[in-house]
Amino acid sequence: MPSFPRIFLGLFCLLVAVLLLAPTLVVIPMSFNGNKSLAFPPVGFSWQWYGNFFTNPDWTTSFTNSLFIALIVAVVATIVGTLAAFGVTRAAARTGGLLRALLITPMVVPGVVLAIGIYAVYLDAHLVGTVTGFVLAHTMLAIPFVLIAVQASLEVFDQRLETAASSLGAGRLTVFRTVTLPLILPGILSGALFAFITSFDEIIVALFITSPYLKTLPVQIYSSITRDADPTVAAVGTLLFIATSLIIIAGLLFGMRRGRT
Amino acid sequence: MTTATPDLATGAKQPGFLSRFRPRGTVWLAVPAVLVLVIALAYPLAIVVVRSFTDPAPGIGNYVWFFQSAVNRTVLQRTFVVAAWVTLVSLICAYPYAYAMTIVGKNVRLVLILCVLVPFWLSGVVRTLAWVILLQDSGVINSFLRGLGLSPVKLIRTLPGVIIGMTQVLLPFMILPIYSVMKGIDTRLLQAARSLGAKPWRAFVQIYMPLSLPGVYAGVIIVFILSLGFYITPALLGGPRSIMLSSLVQNQVLSLLNWGRGGAMGVVLLVATFVLLAIAAPLMRQKHTSSRREA
Repeated sequence: MPSFPRIFLGLFCLLVAVLLLAPTLVVIPMSFNGNKSLAFPPVGFSWQWYGNFFTNPDWTTSFTNSLFIALIVAVVATIVGTLAAFGVTRAAARTGGLLRALLITPMVVPGVVLAIGIYAVYLDAHLVGTVTGFVLAHTMLAIPFVLIAVQASLEVFDQRLETAASSLGAGRLTVFRTVTLPLILPGILSGALFAFITSFDEIIVALFITSPYLKTLPVQIYSSITRDADPTVAAVGTLLFIATSLIIIAGLLFGMRRGRT
Repeated sequence: MTTATPDLATGAKQPGFLSRFRPRGTVWLAVPAVLVLVIALAYPLAIVVVRSFTDPAPGIGNYVWFFQSAVNRTVLQRTFVVAAWVTLVSLICAYPYAYAMTIVGKNVRLVLILCVLVPFWLSGVVRTLAWVILLQDSGVINSFLRGLGLSPVKLIRTLPGVIIGMTQVLLPFMILPIYSVMKGIDTRLLQAARSLGAKPWRAFVQIYMPLSLPGVYAGVIIVFILSLGFYITPALLGGPRSIMLSSLVQNQVLSLLNWGRGGAMGVVLLVATFVLLAIAAPLMRQKHTSSRREA
């Protein structure tokens, strides 16, 4: 029989779970609103805001911009971050620790401070509103996530396997390709996913370096919230919520299956 | 452990292998990452610092202006107060939640983890959008209050509204580190305490809580630091009377083109962040190693 503290704990956790999830769930019914307003409860039912998202060039181009930039960032940050993870893990303890601390600083620097600095540099270098500018800034922001993910799998990785392979005559590249890479691949893939999401979601720097010709999806969402009460923003929120949930559920299931075998 | 055994296993030939296979030079693999960091982080931050001392005139004029203005001091103070509130409320919500995650069955745990991870990965702008809708004067919360026959409360553009929204956005950053430390706590220590006569409550407070502190420190410092620099949520949920330092920086630079003043404010924020980190880092490390040794 559950004791009184257990019941209390259960109720408390239910409240916290509601606090975590409910605000986002509210967006879903509003995306089907029949009227052009963001009021709750919604009136009527329509798919028009989803239709608007897929046909209105403001939304489609900002979405494809975000997708394109995030894909490049995922590739670049994963390569650069994985190399760095090797460098950090296999360096002398003190150097490695220092290097790691340095490479994860983007996570703690206040976004606005970074944004005004990058904006100042980009104004001089004519990088405002360019894909190169976005990729450079987002790669810097994504490197810490890749580093942490890859480093975690390198730390549980048994280096004796590499020694064994090379003692059997494998060259360094062969060892990396056939032994090291397959074993740390889950870490690299989750790093890549983190990098993609970091770039796809990033807004503060994006708000500063955006131009009318190159907007990302978060910037479009932000300006839609501040300027007009366009319910398309609720439709976008719902789509992002569904995509995020599916990715996480797939990840958890994949992780559980790996754990079992 | 892994470094000691191969020496025994392969004997005298080991050093030869190692020097061929694991050269000391692997640090250079980090060069591209450091390069990106210098170009996109260090250089821009240096520009901010330099401008704060040179724009419009060389000297510390921008800092004098910042600390002399009553408005700025109020905003600075408010930023810290809000960060403290957000940290406190998140901790109160997160600690029991993380503890529950460690004691429930596998399926319930999966649900609890999903409840944390989905908002954690979902775009911050979308979550703030949800709060804008919820907290509106005609929003869900106020319709609910009206339905109960209570008078509606002003939430959007107020400090409590900002604190509620920020807490929800930052809560996963508190739950996850606490959970990851709690997961590793050996519960046999609690049984041992109880077998020695401690009441469950006392065993929890004296054994479990100290062991969970590294996670608490990590969560507290992450949430506090992220709150200090938070921009989007306070900008969208706050009003003129609940403005935070980040919005002030943005305003000085983008609207007033005062690079020096905005830069000085940014430097104050940056210094506050790094001072906090410098205080917290040894605390977290020390507690972490000691708990690992005990476990």
